[in-house]
Amino acid sequence: MAAVKTQAPERAQGGGIAGALKGSLQQLLAFASLIVIAAFFSFASPYFFSYGNFTAILFSTVVIGTLAIGTTFVIIAGGIDLSIGTGMALCAVMSGVFLVKLGLPLWLGVPAAVLFGGLIGLVNGINVALLKIPPFIATLAMMLVAEGLALVLSDSTPIYFTEAPGYTEISTGNLIPGVNFPNAVLVLLVVALIAGVLLRKSVLGRYTYSIGSNEEATALSGIDVRRWKIAIYAFAGLFIGLAGVLISARLGSAQPATGMGYELQAIAAVVIGGTSLSGGKGSIVGTLIGALIISVLNNGLQIMSIPQEWQNVILGCVILVAVYTDRIRKKEL
Amino acid sequence: MTGVTTMTEPLLEVEGVDKSFPGVRALHDMRLELRAGEVLALVGENGAGKSTLMKLLSGIHTADTGMFRLGGESFEATSPRHAQELGISIIHQEFNLVPHLTVAQNVFIGREPRRGRLLLDERRLNADTTRLLERLGLPLDPRAVVGELTVANQQMVEIAKALSYEPRVLIMDEPTAALNDAEVATLHELIRRFVLPHTGVIYISHRMEEIKRIADRVTVIRDGEYIDTLDVASATTAEIIALMVGRAIDTGARPQGVRADRDVVLGIDGLNTKALLKNVTFDLREGEILGFAGLMGAGRTEVGRALVGADRIDSGTITLHGKPVRIGNPADAARHGIGYLSEDRKRFGLLLDQDVRANIALGALRDQFTRGGFVRDRDARATAQSYVGTLRIKTPSLEQTAKHLSGGNQQKVVIAKWLAKNCDVLVFDEPTRGIDVGAKEEIYQLLNELAAQGKSIIMISSELPEILRMSHRVVVMSEGRVTRVLDADEANQETIMHYATLRPDENPDDAAELGIRTGS
Repeated sequence: MAAVKTQAPERAQGGGIAGALKGSLQQLLAFASLIVIAAFFSFASPYFFSYGNFTAILFSTVVIGTLAIGTTFVIIAGGIDLSIGTGMALCAVMSGVFLVKLGLPLWLGVPAAVLFGGLIGLVNGINVALLKIPPFIATLAMMLVAEGLALVLSDSTPIYFTEAPGYTEISTGNLIPGVNFPNAVLVLLVVALIAGVLLRKSVLGRYTYSIGSNEEATALSGIDVRRWKIAIYAFAGLFIGLAGVLISARLGSAQPATGMGYELQAIAAVVIGGTSLSGGKGSIVGTLIGALIISVLNNGLQIMSIPQEWQNVILGCVILVAVYTDRIRKKEL
Repeated sequence: MTGVTTMTEPLLEVEGVDKSFPGVRALHDMRLELRAGEVLALVGENGAGKSTLMKLLSGIHTADTGMFRLGGESFEATSPRHAQELGISIIHQEFNLVPHLTVAQNVFIGREPRRGRLLLDERRLNADTTRLLERLGLPLDPRAVVGELTVANQQMVEIAKALSYEPRVLIMDEPTAALNDAEVATLHELIRRFVLPHTGVIYISHRMEEIKRIADRVTVIRDGEYIDTLDVASATTAEIIALMVGRAIDTGARPQGVRADRDVVLGIDGLNTKALLKNVTFDLREGEILGFAGLMGAGRTEVGRALVGADRIDSGTITLHGKPVRIGNPADAARHGIGYLSEDRKRFGLLLDQDVRANIALGALRDQFTRGGFVRDRDARATAQSYVGTLRIKTPSLEQTAKHLSGGNQQKVVIAKWLAKNCDVLVFDEPTRGIDVGAKEEIYQLLNELAAQGKSIIMISSELPEILRMSHRVVVMSEGRVTRVLDADEANQETIMHYATLRPDENPDDAAELGIRTGS
């Protein structure tokens, strides 16, 4: 036993590759379904398969995608966040307050709006981790608070960003010269990359998985679970703020009453992407694919002139199929 | 129920059964023969295939090939319900009871007597249950809520439920894992009085003394294969264990006495908790294994949990290397180098869905395996790999999911987690619970090695042989108090049981007299 520290590490054989394959199988499945759905629409409609339409799909994925990325952290940690939809509307309003009503410059007002989202998450985290309110209830309450505050702060009227020149460029501008590729998509891809690396490689990410796998064992291993849970919710909150900026920049206005419903779409994207609602498992890539599947479905069904009502029916069925195949796969392994 | 069962014709036969899961051959050419009116012990190390065999018999899984006969007729159980209809009942190690329902509601769950089609006949339900409980001689109230019963009484409810189906074969998987000696005796009496005349019992257990007491024959399986069946009366424990592990086992020498010259690492003085503990005082020396003995509910686990900040302490002081420390939560304890290994590894010790590497690196992640907030996986890997080597953790790779390891190897992973965290005080609560005989030896050896290295170990255990074999000193508890601290040479079954059953009010509150303070 004196050799505890001195023995040279050996490479384990094979396990790494097998493990990696197993972990990404659900992502592969989700990705395959995405391809199948896209292929189907390509054959079903002549208008689907085009650069312009693909960009439109990506553009429409931005808001749900951003919200879903933050929520992925919360769900992997075994929680849930219902406040992201109306929270986003509140952050959009705050962006309007900062930039239009207070006249702050973009470089100050935009980060402030994003940080305000972090504040929403921080309060959620404190309610969940310190006051021990179940996440469903704590964030349901926050959902109502945010909805109300958004209306109060905006006098229930949209705030237009005409007096904040350049704001809409954040979403609709083209940073890449000569190509029609909206900035919002760029933002989504960059934050997805950052979030993906943080989830896989950072201490925050590792504890997110640990807490979701077994909160009690994690705490007994000497980790201050309460502090990390607060951090996870606050971090996820930044994505609420970012989504608020992106959606208001796209619309050119902060719409105080538009948030409700986005939270469920975002959670749907996370679940379709293979993240387990019981915690401990999931990935950012999966979530992105999940969000894309939702956008492709909405877009394709629209192109095929299928009424909005039916789109939701189909989306609901897709969620069931996604979770069901995940269950079957787990049983077989 | 057509087959005529005689002493020559077995009640239950299993022949040539194979069962594979993807990547694993769980059973190969498995055999088993149970006679009517006998208790057949089934033993084997964890992973030997006992659970798989039981799952085939109870219809949870189906066999790839092979033959099952009950009373001479072949059968294949396709679901737990089907198995029950055939006359095979199983009592799982983990109870299948609904805690919020009453005893009667649990016993008759799924087949409640009704009035008309829709209404439950609560009165008949309770009357039927009362009759059943009386027949079995169980002093339980049919209207008691199961969640409020003791574990032993919950076990009795499970048995009543299983017997209410009047099974021909009753399978009991580790029925005594959570029972104390008196409760085990009651259980055995129940088995003898009511089960035997009509049925056969398959009794799965790791505890050899119990098998000697209750079983007629013992079937040993190893690595998914049938090894042998012995008559318990003529077989020795060593013989059975040798068949189980496939090699002879060293029963181990008793440890030397306390090394009074070693420094006191941890001092506990006058510890009280609201729930149970009263004025708990003891010392832990460097390189010492301090055993904690006592009956169920004596407060041994509570001492461990209070010590690592998992439960609230109302008063009392903890000193570490002579300095008083405040431990408010497990994070404080870990920072001071105190690691806790729970009796319930799956719930409190492991991230079951995560791999070996993640589990070993969990505790020390921030101290050792990160730079600038990012995890350095290569370092974590190297450390995990070195512990897999030194602790002899049997795992195909570091990426193996923790839940797929055997109990002994899971325990070693938890030990590795604390060693990686550089803990020098380790609190083991039931270090070998649910671990098979061969792996137990390895854990014992490991504990001795850790102590020899200068780690200080608190070992809470319900198994007296384990306490006697491992401890340098033994703290005996009763009803939330320390009733005696015994040196190794004073400790034996009789002295420990004496102090474990002392009523605390008979206990003079004089620490020196109790031997609680070591030296000085």
